[in-house]
Amino acid sequence: MIDFIRMLGRWALGTLERLGRATLLLVQIITGIPELMMRFSLVVQQLFYVGVLSILIIVVSGLFVGMVLGLQGYNTLVDFGAEESLGVLVSLSLVRELGPVVSALLFAGRAGSALTAEVGLMKSTEQLSGMEMMAVDPVRRVIAPRFLAGLISMPLLAAMFSAVGILGAFLVGHGLLGVDEGAFWSQMQAKTDWYDDILNGVIKSIVFGFVVTWIALFEGYDSVPTSEGVGRSTTRTVVHSAFAILGLDFVLTALMFGE
Amino acid sequence: MIQSKQTEILVGLFVAAGLAALFMLAMKVSNLGDFIDEEGYQVTASFQNIGGLKPRSPVSMAGVQVGRVANIKLDPETYDAVVTLNIYPEYDNIPLDTSASIFTAGLLGEQYIGLQAGADDFYLADGDEITLTQPAVVLEQIIGQFLYSKAEGE
Repeated sequence: MIDFIRMLGRWALGTLERLGRATLLLVQIITGIPELMMRFSLVVQQLFYVGVLSILIIVVSGLFVGMVLGLQGYNTLVDFGAEESLGVLVSLSLVRELGPVVSALLFAGRAGSALTAEVGLMKSTEQLSGMEMMAVDPVRRVIAPRFLAGLISMPLLAAMFSAVGILGAFLVGHGLLGVDEGAFWSQMQAKTDWYDDILNGVIKSIVFGFVVTWIALFEGYDSVPTSEGVGRSTTRTVVHSAFAILGLDFVLTALMFGE
Repeated sequence: MIQSKQTEILVGLFVAAGLAALFMLAMKVSNLGDFIDEEGYQVTASFQNIGGLKPRSPVSMAGVQVGRVANIKLDPETYDAVVTLNIYPEYDNIPLDTSASIFTAGLLGEQYIGLQAGADDFYLADGDEITLTQPAVVLEQIIGQFLYSKAEGE
């Protein structure tokens, strides 16, 4: 019994300690950002790895998610003779929910895991301590540019996801199922609001980008410097990011659209 | 150096594509597009009841959209709803005695203001008021009246 309580206590203390280290890392990153503006080329390079290389998976998934939404939505709406509302259904579900959430999940799998593995390997091959030896702060030189790149890429990727998804739904709805083109767009425009829907979706994706990149970089920076440790950290990045995204999505949705 | 130049170009394309997607969402998907070029002149109309009318609901004449609802207020003295209509500048020849009523698009659709042209020689201008108005038809009231008259008839 005592052993069990002790285990619970150790687990709680360990979690708290990790949270504390993660917060300290975040503070260090944020204080490093102004300085980073002077050397923006570092960020540009990371934008390439984090953002540009994620475009393919985001665009392809967005297209298919939109097409499936178009097909499924049509099947339900046609029973009510309301198939013209397909545009509204697709645009609201993509812009409010699926765009930010699914692209953040994909981003965690595609870019987050890569960031963790890269930073973790840098740590295990002692590149980070090497930098410290040369009086270069690894947080400012390695971590902060990656963080900023993730923060910038995520909303852009989510916007692409939604836009491509809506185009996919239009292709299926208009081309395959014969929904009227004018009604599709005009109903969508009448019901989708710039501030309430699109801007809130963008805010969501910024929050997700922040959290996913933070988790990924912390897991890498804090990983046990062995091949096994890096592997475990990478797994944790994906799992924790997924939890954080879905949990935060509920909280954000309740704040934005609940009332 | 060539490598980094290429990277920069690709990142530039990435950022441009992301912003373009956002722009497309703004213009094509949401109604921000016709929110910006909100030109025209404004006229007011007071209704006893506006039902589910909202700001930015369409204003149409003979089924053609001629403007949008700019804002809705409650008159503190008469307790009527004062609706400000923004009419697009190309429709500057709407007669002064035009009447306005609130209709519903379809059985359960959104509500809009329909204008019926009058025969006056003078046209509506900025700041004028449409005096002939007809309140929104509230479905519950009609059902209530119907049930009442049914009960009375028996």
